Amino acid sequence: MSRRVAIIGVGMSEFGELWDKSLRDITLEAGMYSIFDAEISGSEIDAIIIGNMSAGRFTGQEHLGALAADMGGLGNIPAYSVEAACASGGAAVRHAYMAIKSGEHDAMMVLGCEKMSDVNQTEAMKTISVASDWEWEGLFGATFPALYAFIARRHMMEYGTTEEMLAQVAVKNHANAAHNPWAQFQRPVPIEFVMGSGMLADPIRVLHSSPISDGAAGLIMCDEKTAKKYTDTPIYIESSTQASDTLALHDRRDICTADAVVHSSKSALKKAGLKIEDIDVFELHDSFTISEIMLTEDVGIAEKGKGGQVVLDGLTEIGGQFPVNTSGGLKARGHPIGATGVAQIVELALQLRGDCEGRQVEGAEKGLAVNIGGTGATSIVHILGR
Amino acid sequence: MAEHGVANIWRKQKSMYSIIGSKCTTCGEHYFPPRPVCPTCRRKGQLEEYQFKGLGKIHTFAVVRQAPEDFKRQVPYVVAQVELDEGARLTAQIVNIEPENVEIGMRVRSCFRKITEYGQGGIIVYGYKFEPTMKVTGHD
Ligand SMILES: [Zn+2]
Repeated sequence: MSRRVAIIGVGMSEFGELWDKSLRDITLEAGMYSIFDAEISGSEIDAIIIGNMSAGRFTGQEHLGALAADMGGLGNIPAYSVEAACASGGAAVRHAYMAIKSGEHDAMMVLGCEKMSDVNQTEAMKTISVASDWEWEGLFGATFPALYAFIARRHMMEYGTTEEMLAQVAVKNHANAAHNPWAQFQRPVPIEFVMGSGMLADPIRVLHSSPISDGAAGLIMCDEKTAKKYTDTPIYIESSTQASDTLALHDRRDICTADAVVHSSKSALKKAGLKIEDIDVFELHDSFTISEIMLTEDVGIAEKGKGGQVVLDGLTEIGGQFPVNTSGGLKARGHPIGATGVAQIVELALQLRGDCEGRQVEGAEKGLAVNIGGTGATSIVHILGR
Repeated sequence: MAEHGVANIWRKQKSMYSIIGSKCTTCGEHYFPPRPVCPTCRRKGQLEEYQFKGLGKIHTFAVVRQAPEDFKRQVPYVVAQVELDEGARLTAQIVNIEPENVEIGMRVRSCFRKITEYGQGGIIVYGYKFEPTMKVTGHD
Protein backbone atom coordinates (compact mmCIF):
# COMPACT_ATOMS: atom_id res chain seq x y z
CA MET A 1 0.00 0.00 0.00
CA SER A 2 1.27 3.36 -0.94
CA ARG A 3 1.83 5.90 1.74
CA ARG A 4 -0.68 8.31 3.24
CA VAL A 5 -0.27 12.00 2.59
CA ALA A 6 -0.67 14.50 5.41
CA ILE A 7 -1.02 18.25 5.82
CA ILE A 8 1.04 19.51 8.75
CA GLY A 9 1.05 23.25 8.19
CA VAL A 10 -1.16 25.93 6.67
CA GLY A 11 -0.57 29.61 5.95
CA MET A 12 -2.39 32.47 4.29
CA SER A 13 -1.64 36.00 3.25
CA GLU A 14 -4.52 38.37 3.75
CA PHE A 15 -6.91 38.46 0.77
CA GLY A 16 -8.03 41.72 -0.81
CA GLU A 17 -6.84 44.49 -3.06
CA LEU A 18 -3.38 44.72 -1.58
CA TRP A 19 -1.86 47.70 -3.34
CA ASP A 20 1.11 47.82 -1.00
CA LYS A 21 2.09 44.22 -1.64
CA SER A 22 3.60 42.50 -4.68
CA LEU A 23 3.10 38.95 -5.92
CA ARG A 24 6.43 38.03 -4.27
CA ASP A 25 5.39 39.55 -0.94
CA ILE A 26 2.12 37.67 -0.62
CA THR A 27 3.50 34.38 -1.93
CA LEU A 28 6.40 34.53 0.49
CA GLU A 29 4.01 35.43 3.32
CA ALA A 30 1.81 32.38 2.77
CA GLY A 31 4.85 30.11 2.47
CA MET A 32 6.52 31.42 5.62
CA TYR A 33 3.34 31.15 7.68
CA SER A 34 2.84 27.55 6.56
CA ILE A 35 6.42 26.68 7.57
CA PHE A 36 5.96 28.36 10.97
CA ASP A 37 2.64 26.58 11.44
CA ALA A 38 4.20 23.19 10.67
CA GLU A 39 7.24 23.97 12.84
CA ILE A 40 9.30 22.32 10.15
CA SER A 41 12.75 23.45 9.08
CA GLY A 42 13.07 24.85 5.56
CA SER A 43 15.85 22.34 4.93
CA GLU A 44 13.35 19.48 5.20
CA ILE A 45 11.26 20.78 2.31
CA ASP A 46 12.31 18.89 -0.80
CA ALA A 47 10.13 20.53 -3.49
CA ILE A 48 7.80 23.47 -4.13
CA ILE A 49 4.72 23.43 -6.32
CA ILE A 50 2.71 26.56 -7.11
CA GLY A 51 -0.82 26.95 -8.42
CA ASN A 52 -1.15 30.09 -10.50
CA MET A 53 -3.31 30.97 -13.46
CA SER A 54 -1.86 33.97 -15.16
CA ALA A 55 0.93 35.82 -13.38
CA GLY A 56 2.36 36.69 -16.79
CA ARG A 57 -0.72 38.67 -17.77
CA PHE A 58 -1.60 39.99 -14.32
CA THR A 59 1.87 41.04 -13.21
CA GLY A 60 4.31 40.50 -16.06
CA GLN A 61 6.16 37.79 -14.13
CA GLU A 62 6.31 34.08 -14.91
CA HIS A 63 8.68 31.37 -13.65
CA LEU A 64 7.14 31.45 -10.21
CA GLY A 65 8.71 28.19 -9.03
CA ALA A 66 12.21 29.58 -9.18
CA LEU A 67 10.96 32.85 -7.72
CA ALA A 68 9.47 31.12 -4.68
CA ALA A 69 12.49 28.92 -4.03
CA ASP A 70 14.72 31.97 -4.30
CA MET A 71 12.62 34.36 -2.16
CA GLY A 72 12.00 31.69 0.45
CA GLY A 73 15.72 30.92 0.68
CA LEU A 74 14.98 27.29 0.06
CA GLY A 75 18.03 26.71 -2.14
CA ASN A 76 18.29 24.31 -5.01
CA ILE A 77 15.16 22.18 -4.59
CA PRO A 78 12.85 21.58 -7.59
CA ALA A 79 10.13 24.21 -7.90
CA TYR A 80 7.57 24.91 -10.61
CA SER A 81 4.00 26.04 -11.18
CA VAL A 82 0.92 24.32 -12.62
CA GLU A 83 -2.02 25.91 -14.37
CA ALA A 84 -5.66 24.85 -14.65
CA ALA A 85 -7.35 28.26 -14.71
CA CYS A 86 -9.35 28.79 -11.49
CA ALA A 87 -8.48 25.21 -10.49
CA SER A 88 -4.73 25.88 -10.53
CA GLY A 89 -4.54 25.78 -6.73
CA GLY A 90 -6.33 22.44 -6.57
CA ALA A 91 -4.01 21.15 -9.27
CA ALA A 92 -1.00 22.12 -7.15
CA VAL A 93 -2.38 20.28 -4.12
CA ARG A 94 -3.13 17.22 -6.24
CA HIS A 95 0.32 17.36 -7.79
CA ALA A 96 1.98 17.37 -4.38
CA TYR A 97 -0.32 14.58 -3.24
CA MET A 98 0.79 12.39 -6.14
CA ALA A 99 4.47 13.27 -5.75
CA ILE A 100 4.47 12.40 -2.05
CA LYS A 101 2.32 9.31 -2.47
CA SER A 102 4.67 7.97 -5.12
CA GLY A 103 7.67 8.41 -2.81
CA GLU A 104 9.39 10.89 -5.09
CA HIS A 105 9.16 13.64 -2.48
CA ASP A 106 8.71 13.50 1.31
CA ALA A 107 7.86 17.06 2.32
CA MET A 108 6.60 19.71 -0.05
CA MET A 109 5.53 23.30 0.10
CA VAL A 110 2.34 23.89 -1.87
CA LEU A 111 1.53 27.47 -2.78
CA GLY A 112 -1.32 29.11 -4.61
CA CYS A 113 -1.18 32.76 -5.58
CA GLU A 114 -2.57 35.46 -7.81
CA LYS A 115 -1.99 39.20 -7.87
CA MET A 116 -4.88 40.64 -9.87
CA SER A 117 -5.03 44.30 -8.84
CA ASP A 118 -1.91 45.44 -10.68
CA VAL A 119 -3.98 45.69 -13.87
CA ASN A 120 -7.17 47.72 -14.27
CA GLN A 121 -10.57 46.10 -13.97
CA THR A 122 -11.27 45.66 -17.68
CA GLU A 123 -7.89 44.07 -18.22
CA ALA A 124 -8.53 41.77 -15.29
CA MET A 125 -11.91 40.82 -16.77
CA LYS A 126 -10.25 40.01 -20.07
CA THR A 127 -7.67 37.79 -18.42
CA ILE A 128 -10.32 35.98 -16.39
CA SER A 129 -12.23 35.25 -19.60
CA VAL A 130 -9.30 33.35 -21.09
CA ALA A 131 -10.23 30.60 -18.61
CA SER A 132 -13.22 29.89 -20.88
CA ASP A 133 -12.94 29.10 -24.60
CA TRP A 134 -11.65 32.53 -25.51
CA GLU A 135 -11.63 32.02 -29.29
CA TRP A 136 -15.27 30.87 -29.51
CA GLU A 137 -16.90 32.44 -26.45
CA GLY A 138 -14.93 35.48 -25.28
CA LEU A 139 -14.19 36.76 -28.78
CA PHE A 140 -17.94 36.87 -29.49
CA GLY A 141 -18.67 39.01 -26.45
CA ALA A 142 -19.36 36.38 -23.80
CA THR A 143 -17.73 37.76 -20.67
CA PHE A 144 -17.10 35.40 -17.74
CA PRO A 145 -20.18 36.69 -15.84
CA ALA A 146 -22.20 36.23 -19.07
CA LEU A 147 -21.26 32.55 -19.19
CA TYR A 148 -22.49 32.09 -15.63
CA ALA A 149 -25.58 34.10 -16.54
CA PHE A 150 -26.18 31.46 -19.25
CA ILE A 151 -26.20 28.81 -16.53
CA ALA A 152 -28.28 30.88 -14.12
CA ARG A 153 -30.97 31.75 -16.65
CA ARG A 154 -31.32 28.17 -17.77
CA HIS A 155 -31.34 26.91 -14.15
CA MET A 156 -34.08 29.42 -13.33
CA MET A 157 -36.15 28.28 -16.29
CA GLU A 158 -35.72 24.55 -15.80
CA TYR A 159 -35.95 24.37 -12.00
CA GLY A 160 -37.62 27.55 -10.84
CA THR A 161 -34.49 28.85 -9.15
CA THR A 162 -35.12 32.41 -8.00
CA GLU A 163 -33.13 35.63 -7.64
CA GLU A 164 -33.62 35.33 -3.90
CA MET A 165 -31.88 31.94 -3.91
CA LEU A 166 -28.94 33.36 -5.86
CA ALA A 167 -28.73 36.24 -3.39
CA GLN A 168 -28.98 34.04 -0.31
CA VAL A 169 -25.76 32.24 -1.25
CA ALA A 170 -23.94 35.57 -1.07
CA VAL A 171 -25.63 36.45 2.23
CA LYS A 172 -24.59 33.12 3.79
CA ASN A 173 -21.01 33.34 2.55
CA HIS A 174 -20.57 36.92 3.71
CA ALA A 175 -21.92 35.96 7.14
CA ASN A 176 -19.30 33.21 7.33
CA ALA A 177 -16.48 35.48 6.15
CA ALA A 178 -17.26 37.88 8.97
CA HIS A 179 -15.46 35.33 11.19
CA ASN A 180 -12.55 34.65 8.86
CA PRO A 181 -9.57 36.90 9.64
CA TRP A 182 -8.08 36.37 6.14
CA ALA A 183 -11.25 37.12 4.20
CA GLN A 184 -11.50 40.04 1.79
CA PHE A 185 -14.98 41.04 3.02
CA GLN A 186 -15.28 40.43 6.75
CA ARG A 187 -18.79 41.75 7.03
CA PRO A 188 -22.32 40.47 6.53
CA VAL A 189 -24.45 41.89 3.72
CA PRO A 190 -28.25 42.10 3.88
CA ILE A 191 -30.17 40.34 1.11
CA GLU A 192 -31.69 43.61 -0.20
CA PHE A 193 -28.17 44.84 -0.78
CA VAL A 194 -27.32 41.80 -2.91
CA MET A 195 -30.59 41.92 -4.82
CA GLY A 196 -30.18 45.62 -5.52
CA SER A 197 -26.53 45.49 -6.58
CA GLY A 198 -25.56 46.46 -10.13
CA MET A 199 -25.99 44.08 -13.06
CA LEU A 200 -22.90 42.58 -14.67
CA ALA A 201 -24.77 40.36 -17.11
CA ASP A 202 -28.45 39.75 -16.36
CA PRO A 203 -29.29 37.89 -14.18
CA ILE A 204 -25.79 37.99 -12.62
CA ARG A 205 -25.24 40.96 -10.30
CA VAL A 206 -22.05 42.35 -8.81
CA LEU A 207 -22.78 40.71 -5.46
CA HIS A 208 -23.38 37.33 -7.11
CA SER A 209 -19.79 37.44 -8.27
CA SER A 210 -16.48 36.77 -6.58
CA PRO A 211 -14.27 39.87 -6.49
CA ILE A 212 -10.92 40.79 -8.03
CA SER A 213 -8.43 39.76 -5.36
CA ASP A 214 -4.80 39.50 -4.44
CA GLY A 215 -3.78 36.71 -2.15
CA ALA A 216 -1.77 33.59 -1.53
CA ALA A 217 -2.22 30.39 0.44
CA GLY A 218 0.25 27.74 1.46
CA LEU A 219 0.42 24.19 2.78
CA ILE A 220 3.16 21.92 4.04
CA MET A 221 2.37 18.42 2.86
CA CYS A 222 4.36 15.29 3.67
CA ASP A 223 4.20 11.52 4.07
CA GLU A 224 2.76 10.02 7.23
CA LYS A 225 6.12 9.14 8.75
CA THR A 226 7.47 12.66 8.37
CA ALA A 227 4.19 14.06 9.66
CA LYS A 228 4.45 12.08 12.89
CA LYS A 229 7.75 13.82 13.66
CA TYR A 230 5.97 17.17 13.79
CA THR A 231 2.47 16.53 15.03
CA ASP A 232 0.34 13.94 16.78
CA THR A 233 -2.73 15.08 14.90
CA PRO A 234 -1.98 15.42 11.19
CA ILE A 235 -4.77 16.04 8.74
CA TYR A 236 -4.80 13.43 5.99
CA ILE A 237 -5.78 13.69 2.36
CA GLU A 238 -8.18 10.76 2.04
CA SER A 239 -8.57 11.13 -1.71
CA SER A 240 -7.71 13.42 -4.60
CA THR A 241 -9.48 13.24 -7.95
CA GLN A 242 -9.79 15.25 -11.11
CA ALA A 243 -12.02 15.27 -14.20
CA SER A 244 -12.45 17.32 -17.36
CA ASP A 245 -15.31 18.56 -19.53
CA THR A 246 -15.58 20.56 -22.75
CA LEU A 247 -13.68 23.85 -22.65
CA ALA A 248 -16.62 25.80 -24.07
CA LEU A 249 -19.84 25.89 -22.07
CA HIS A 250 -21.92 25.64 -25.28
CA ASP A 251 -20.52 22.16 -25.96
CA ARG A 252 -21.79 20.68 -22.66
CA ARG A 253 -24.37 17.93 -22.56
CA ASP A 254 -26.34 20.02 -20.04
CA ILE A 255 -25.12 23.48 -19.07
CA CYS A 256 -26.80 23.21 -15.65
CA THR A 257 -24.73 20.17 -14.65
CA ALA A 258 -20.97 20.19 -14.22
CA ASP A 259 -20.27 16.62 -15.32
CA ALA A 260 -16.62 16.96 -14.32
CA VAL A 261 -17.75 17.73 -10.76
CA VAL A 262 -20.19 14.82 -10.74
CA HIS A 263 -17.47 12.38 -11.85
CA SER A 264 -14.66 13.68 -9.66
CA SER A 265 -16.74 13.98 -6.49
CA LYS A 266 -18.23 10.54 -6.94
CA SER A 267 -14.82 8.96 -7.40
CA ALA A 268 -13.35 10.95 -4.49
CA LEU A 269 -16.04 9.63 -2.14
CA LYS A 270 -15.56 6.11 -3.43
CA LYS A 271 -11.78 6.19 -3.04
CA ALA A 272 -12.15 7.51 0.51
CA GLY A 273 -14.79 4.87 1.30
CA LEU A 274 -17.25 7.59 2.30
CA LYS A 275 -20.78 8.73 1.52
CA ILE A 276 -21.85 12.34 1.13
CA GLU A 277 -23.57 12.13 4.57
CA ASP A 278 -20.17 11.39 6.14
CA ILE A 279 -18.78 14.78 5.10
CA ASP A 280 -19.01 17.43 7.83
CA VAL A 281 -17.79 20.52 6.00
CA PHE A 282 -17.52 21.63 2.36
CA GLU A 283 -15.66 24.22 0.34
CA LEU A 284 -17.43 24.48 -3.03
CA HIS A 285 -16.21 26.76 -5.81
CA ASP A 286 -18.63 29.71 -5.73
CA SER A 287 -17.06 32.01 -8.31
CA PHE A 288 -20.68 33.07 -8.84
CA THR A 289 -23.54 32.24 -6.51
CA ILE A 290 -25.14 30.09 -9.23
CA SER A 291 -22.02 27.90 -9.23
CA GLU A 292 -22.44 27.10 -5.52
CA ILE A 293 -26.05 26.15 -6.23
CA MET A 294 -25.03 23.94 -9.15
CA LEU A 295 -22.14 22.32 -7.26
CA THR A 296 -24.33 21.63 -4.24
CA GLU A 297 -26.38 19.49 -6.61
CA ASP A 298 -23.46 17.95 -8.46
CA VAL A 299 -21.68 16.68 -5.33
CA GLY A 300 -24.93 15.17 -4.06
CA ILE A 301 -25.95 17.50 -1.21
CA ALA A 302 -29.14 18.40 -3.08
CA GLU A 303 -31.02 16.75 -5.93
CA LYS A 304 -30.67 18.40 -9.34
CA GLY A 305 -32.73 21.57 -9.32
CA LYS A 306 -32.93 21.84 -5.52
CA GLY A 307 -29.60 23.56 -4.93
CA GLY A 308 -31.27 26.93 -4.47
CA GLN A 309 -33.89 25.61 -2.07
CA VAL A 310 -31.34 24.03 0.30
CA VAL A 311 -29.69 27.43 0.73
CA LEU A 312 -33.01 29.02 1.68
CA ASP A 313 -33.64 26.10 4.06
CA GLY A 314 -30.35 26.73 5.84
CA LEU A 315 -29.01 23.25 5.09
CA THR A 316 -25.66 24.68 3.96
CA GLU A 317 -25.19 27.16 6.81
CA ILE A 318 -22.81 26.53 9.68
CA GLY A 319 -25.04 24.52 11.98
CA GLY A 320 -26.91 22.98 9.05
CA GLN A 321 -26.41 19.38 7.95
CA PHE A 322 -23.98 20.27 5.12
CA PRO A 323 -22.10 23.51 5.88
CA VAL A 324 -20.74 24.97 2.63
CA ASN A 325 -18.03 27.63 2.40
CA THR A 326 -17.44 28.32 6.09
CA SER A 327 -14.48 30.45 4.97
CA GLY A 328 -16.80 32.79 3.09
CA GLY A 329 -16.02 31.04 -0.17
CA LEU A 330 -14.75 32.75 -3.27
CA LYS A 331 -17.55 35.27 -2.90
CA ALA A 332 -16.44 36.75 0.41
CA ARG A 333 -13.02 35.29 1.27
CA GLY A 334 -11.97 36.54 -2.16
CA HIS A 335 -10.81 34.78 -5.31
CA PRO A 336 -7.16 35.36 -6.15
CA ILE A 337 -7.48 32.76 -8.87
CA GLY A 338 -4.47 30.51 -8.33
CA ALA A 339 -4.71 30.79 -4.53
CA THR A 340 -8.31 29.64 -4.26
CA GLY A 341 -7.83 25.87 -4.51
CA VAL A 342 -5.12 25.97 -1.85
CA ALA A 343 -7.13 28.32 0.39
CA GLN A 344 -10.03 25.85 0.28
CA ILE A 345 -7.72 23.13 1.66
CA VAL A 346 -6.37 25.54 4.30
CA GLU A 347 -9.94 26.16 5.50
CA LEU A 348 -10.82 22.46 5.63
CA ALA A 349 -7.59 21.64 7.51
CA LEU A 350 -8.33 24.40 10.04
CA GLN A 351 -11.90 23.12 10.43
CA LEU A 352 -10.69 19.56 11.09
CA ARG A 353 -8.11 20.86 13.55
CA GLY A 354 -10.82 22.80 15.35
CA ASP A 355 -9.08 26.11 14.70
CA CYS A 356 -11.95 28.08 13.15
CA GLU A 357 -13.10 30.21 16.02
CA GLY A 358 -16.41 31.89 15.29
CA ARG A 359 -17.12 29.72 12.25
CA GLN A 360 -16.17 26.27 13.58
CA VAL A 361 -18.22 23.25 12.55
CA GLU A 362 -18.22 21.39 15.84
CA GLY A 363 -16.49 18.03 15.74
CA ALA A 364 -15.76 18.14 12.02
CA GLU A 365 -13.87 15.01 10.96
CA LYS A 366 -14.20 14.94 7.18
CA GLY A 367 -14.12 17.79 4.68
CA LEU A 368 -14.57 17.96 0.92
CA ALA A 369 -13.37 20.67 -1.47
CA VAL A 370 -14.36 21.21 -5.10
CA ASN A 371 -12.17 23.55 -7.13
CA ILE A 372 -13.29 24.15 -10.71
CA GLY A 373 -11.60 25.80 -13.67
CA GLY A 374 -13.36 27.99 -16.22
CA THR A 375 -17.05 27.18 -16.34
CA GLY A 376 -16.39 23.64 -15.08
CA ALA A 377 -14.03 22.30 -17.74
CA THR A 378 -11.75 21.17 -14.91
CA SER A 379 -12.87 19.85 -11.55
CA ILE A 380 -10.51 18.86 -8.76
CA VAL A 381 -11.85 17.27 -5.58
CA HIS A 382 -10.05 16.62 -2.30
CA ILE A 383 -11.38 14.86 0.75
CA LEU A 384 -9.59 15.54 4.03
CA GLY A 385 -9.89 13.60 7.26
CA ARG A 386 -8.40 13.52 10.72
CA MET B 1 -2.10 40.96 -26.44
CA ALA B 2 -1.57 37.78 -28.36
CA GLU B 3 -5.24 37.27 -29.14
CA HIS B 4 -5.30 40.61 -30.96
CA GLY B 5 -3.04 39.24 -33.68
CA VAL B 6 -4.19 39.44 -37.29
CA ALA B 7 -3.35 35.83 -38.09
CA ASN B 8 -5.43 34.64 -35.15
CA ILE B 9 -8.57 35.92 -36.88
CA TRP B 10 -7.41 35.27 -40.47
CA ARG B 11 -7.02 31.53 -39.92
CA LYS B 12 -10.58 31.27 -38.55
CA GLN B 13 -12.18 33.38 -41.27
CA LYS B 14 -13.99 30.52 -42.95
CA SER B 15 -15.73 29.44 -39.78
CA MET B 16 -16.38 32.94 -38.52
CA TYR B 17 -17.76 34.27 -41.81
CA SER B 18 -19.79 31.30 -42.99
CA ILE B 19 -20.37 29.10 -39.91
CA ILE B 20 -18.38 26.24 -41.34
CA GLY B 21 -17.87 23.43 -38.86
CA SER B 22 -17.58 19.71 -39.26
CA LYS B 23 -19.82 16.69 -39.60
CA CYS B 24 -18.81 13.18 -38.64
CA THR B 25 -20.03 10.81 -41.36
CA THR B 26 -19.59 7.84 -39.01
CA CYS B 27 -22.04 8.97 -36.31
CA GLY B 28 -23.80 11.88 -38.05
CA GLU B 29 -22.94 14.41 -35.33
CA HIS B 30 -22.34 18.07 -36.28
CA TYR B 31 -19.66 20.17 -34.62
CA PHE B 32 -19.02 23.86 -34.47
CA PRO B 33 -16.32 25.15 -34.48
CA PRO B 34 -14.71 22.42 -36.60
CA ARG B 35 -13.09 19.72 -34.50
CA PRO B 36 -9.93 17.79 -35.28
CA VAL B 37 -11.35 14.58 -33.76
CA CYS B 38 -14.92 13.32 -33.31
CA PRO B 39 -15.21 12.91 -29.51
CA THR B 40 -17.75 10.10 -29.95
CA CYS B 41 -16.00 8.02 -32.62
CA ARG B 42 -12.40 9.18 -32.16
CA ARG B 43 -10.21 7.07 -34.49
CA LYS B 44 -13.25 5.61 -36.29
CA GLY B 45 -14.67 9.07 -36.96
CA GLN B 46 -14.67 10.66 -40.41
CA LEU B 47 -14.94 14.41 -40.25
CA GLU B 48 -15.84 16.49 -43.26
CA GLU B 49 -16.45 20.21 -43.64
CA TYR B 50 -20.03 21.23 -43.10
CA GLN B 51 -21.69 24.58 -43.70
CA PHE B 52 -24.42 25.16 -41.15
CA LYS B 53 -27.68 26.63 -42.38
CA GLY B 54 -27.45 29.35 -39.76
CA LEU B 55 -30.88 28.69 -38.29
CA GLY B 56 -31.59 27.80 -34.72
CA LYS B 57 -33.11 28.84 -31.42
CA ILE B 58 -31.90 30.61 -28.31
CA HIS B 59 -30.83 28.08 -25.68
CA THR B 60 -29.93 30.67 -23.05
CA PHE B 61 -28.72 34.28 -22.99
CA ALA B 62 -27.32 37.15 -20.97
CA VAL B 63 -27.56 40.91 -21.22
CA VAL B 64 -24.00 42.14 -20.84
CA ARG B 65 -23.72 45.46 -19.01
CA GLN B 66 -20.04 45.43 -18.05
CA ALA B 67 -17.57 44.39 -20.70
CA PRO B 68 -13.84 44.50 -21.33
CA GLU B 69 -12.34 47.07 -23.70
CA ASP B 70 -13.19 45.25 -26.95
CA PHE B 71 -16.93 45.36 -26.23
CA LYS B 72 -17.28 48.39 -23.98
CA ARG B 73 -18.86 50.53 -26.69
CA GLN B 74 -21.59 47.95 -27.35
CA VAL B 75 -23.06 47.61 -23.85
CA PRO B 76 -25.76 46.72 -23.11
CA TYR B 77 -25.82 43.85 -25.60
CA VAL B 78 -27.31 40.39 -25.70
CA VAL B 79 -25.05 37.38 -26.00
CA ALA B 80 -26.58 33.92 -26.26
CA GLN B 81 -26.01 30.27 -26.81
CA VAL B 82 -27.77 29.40 -30.04
CA GLU B 83 -28.75 25.82 -30.63
CA LEU B 84 -28.41 25.31 -34.37
CA ASP B 85 -31.00 23.14 -36.12
CA GLU B 86 -28.30 20.58 -36.95
CA GLY B 87 -27.66 20.08 -33.21
CA ALA B 88 -24.48 21.99 -32.34
CA ARG B 89 -24.55 25.01 -30.06
CA LEU B 90 -22.50 28.17 -30.42
CA THR B 91 -22.07 31.49 -28.64
CA ALA B 92 -23.02 34.71 -30.45
CA GLN B 93 -24.59 38.12 -30.01
CA ILE B 94 -28.29 38.60 -30.73
CA VAL B 95 -29.11 41.77 -32.67
CA ASN B 96 -32.10 43.57 -34.21
CA ILE B 97 -34.17 43.15 -31.05
CA GLU B 98 -34.43 44.99 -27.74
CA PRO B 99 -32.78 43.04 -24.90
CA GLU B 100 -36.04 42.88 -22.91
CA ASN B 101 -37.78 41.07 -25.79
CA VAL B 102 -35.27 38.22 -26.07
CA GLU B 103 -36.54 34.87 -24.85
CA ILE B 104 -35.26 31.33 -24.49
CA GLY B 105 -36.61 29.24 -27.38
CA MET B 106 -36.84 32.17 -29.81
CA ARG B 107 -36.07 31.28 -33.44
CA VAL B 108 -33.03 33.07 -34.83
CA ARG B 109 -30.97 33.18 -38.02
CA SER B 110 -27.38 34.16 -38.61
CA CYS B 111 -26.31 37.49 -40.05
CA PHE B 112 -22.89 38.88 -40.95
CA ARG B 113 -21.77 41.69 -38.68
CA LYS B 114 -18.83 43.50 -37.22
CA ILE B 115 -17.94 41.72 -33.98
CA THR B 116 -15.42 44.19 -32.55
CA GLU B 117 -12.40 46.27 -33.44
CA TYR B 118 -9.07 45.96 -31.76
CA GLY B 119 -8.51 49.56 -30.70
CA GLN B 120 -7.04 52.34 -32.79
CA GLY B 121 -5.23 50.97 -35.81
CA GLY B 122 -6.13 47.42 -34.87
CA ILE B 123 -8.05 45.08 -37.12
CA ILE B 124 -11.82 44.99 -37.42
CA VAL B 125 -13.20 41.56 -36.66
CA TYR B 126 -16.24 40.35 -38.64
CA GLY B 127 -18.31 37.26 -38.12
CA TYR B 128 -21.72 35.86 -37.23
CA LYS B 129 -24.36 37.34 -35.00
CA PHE B 130 -27.97 36.17 -34.88
CA GLU B 131 -31.30 37.97 -35.27
CA PRO B 132 -34.91 36.91 -34.78
CA THR B 133 -36.38 35.19 -37.86
CA MET B 134 -39.82 36.69 -37.27
CA LYS B 135 -38.92 40.25 -38.10
CA VAL B 136 -37.97 42.08 -41.29
CA THR B 137 -34.58 43.44 -40.43
CA GLY B 138 -33.17 46.91 -40.39
CA HIS B 139 -29.50 47.36 -39.67
CA ASP B 140 -27.59 46.99 -36.46
ZN1 LIG C 1 -18.51 10.53 -34.88
